[in-house]
Amino acid sequence: MHLDHHETYPTRHTCTLRPDGTRRALRIGLGGPVGSGKTATVAALCRELRDSLSIAVVTNDIYTREDADFLLRNAVLPAERITAVETGACPHTAIRDDISANLEAVEELEDRTGPLDLIFVESGGDNLTATFSTGLVDAQVFVIDVAAGDDIPRKGGPGVTTADLLVVNKTDLAPHVGSDLAAMARDARAQRGDLPVAFTSLTAPGGIGPVVDWVRGRLAAWTAAHPAGVGA
Amino acid sequence: MSTAALLLIADGRFPAGGHAHSGGMEAAIRAGRVTGPATLAAFCSGRLHTAGLTAAALAAAACGGCDPCDLDEAADARTPSPALRATARRLGRQLLRAARATWPAPHLDAVAAEHPGGLHQPVVLGLAARAVGLAPRDAALAAAHEAAGGPAFAAVRLLGLDPFDATAVLARLAPDLDRVADRATAAAAAVPRHGTDALPAASAPLLDITAEAHATWPVRLFAS
Repeated sequence: MHLDHHETYPTRHTCTLRPDGTRRALRIGLGGPVGSGKTATVAALCRELRDSLSIAVVTNDIYTREDADFLLRNAVLPAERITAVETGACPHTAIRDDISANLEAVEELEDRTGPLDLIFVESGGDNLTATFSTGLVDAQVFVIDVAAGDDIPRKGGPGVTTADLLVVNKTDLAPHVGSDLAAMARDARAQRGDLPVAFTSLTAPGGIGPVVDWVRGRLAAWTAAHPAGVGA
Repeated sequence: MSTAALLLIADGRFPAGGHAHSGGMEAAIRAGRVTGPATLAAFCSGRLHTAGLTAAALAAAACGGCDPCDLDEAADARTPSPALRATARRLGRQLLRAARATWPAPHLDAVAAEHPGGLHQPVVLGLAARAVGLAPRDAALAAAHEAAGGPAFAAVRLLGLDPFDATAVLARLAPDLDRVADRATAAAAAVPRHGTDALPAASAPLLDITAEAHATWPVRLFAS
């Protein structure tokens, strides 16, 4: 028995190159509490990006296939580009503690439909402590909404404080539920420092825009950092 | 090799995908066959002495150096349910990934290259145990532990069962685990001379039948 050299260990099983030498897809995780609009965010992102990028989605449902079926019903992507991972009642385990089923799912999607530019890995609705393993995703988005209470950014937690992008969704509801968007922005800045926050209202035309811009930025950085492209 | 490696590989937190599988417990609970500690004990004992014994012998044989392809065929022959075959191969792939990342070994890399579709999980468990220098009986014990422990912890999640009761059920099964590991190890030792027919073929038909039904449920918490 021997152990890995430290410098090669972290990337070997989530490698940046596929076996044929092409660059694998950028993997972006989306987590957040139940009902905050994760699946709606994924659907809106797919609609905006699918014409210019090759995309697939992995869902981690609490109950099998709920979110995958929503995406299928709304026809945001062809069925072969959506895979549901079953999580044994614990989505946070499948995205953080034991990522093996999700790694299989993203690799199967790339083998079946690739090469892909982008894979969204959506967590089932979970609590404020749910975060993705860095062995599974390259960047993560945490989605909360104004209707669940404008004190969530102040409460913090790993998702709110450490996610690469915090999305505060359903801003159109703020006046109806008495949520103070300025306070949410202020609290988020206090918790997150320079990490970005996007306020979205998916019912408005172009409401997903800030998240689309962020995704495109991450993809550009990923492509620049891993220049071995398709056919290289 | 060290007992510490056995503890690591047999730990439910070892990241090889097992947490999403109930070992037939979700179907048994839905059917009303498991409702509390007594019925949980009966289920775990039954699974241990049937599917668990078969898995333990496959693991011991793989750890002892028997041909993985032959063992995978033997596992297929002992797994009549297509759904359970698919589950076993999926879990085998996930375990192989975790084992290769944890204990890099040329023979594990070779297995991954030769079997992209995966081998049955107990076979991979034996190969992983071999990579860490464990003995066949260690591999058998790990497989037996998993056969009883997986459903017990699924029952805790599904029934809201008292976790102390569930763990006590497993503790009382400890002597059975030892006996199953002994039988499995003895059977595996006979494979080089008598072939894989020497391996036990104990089965639990109800687990096979309910696995097929469970795979078609539109709403379920566990993958199997």
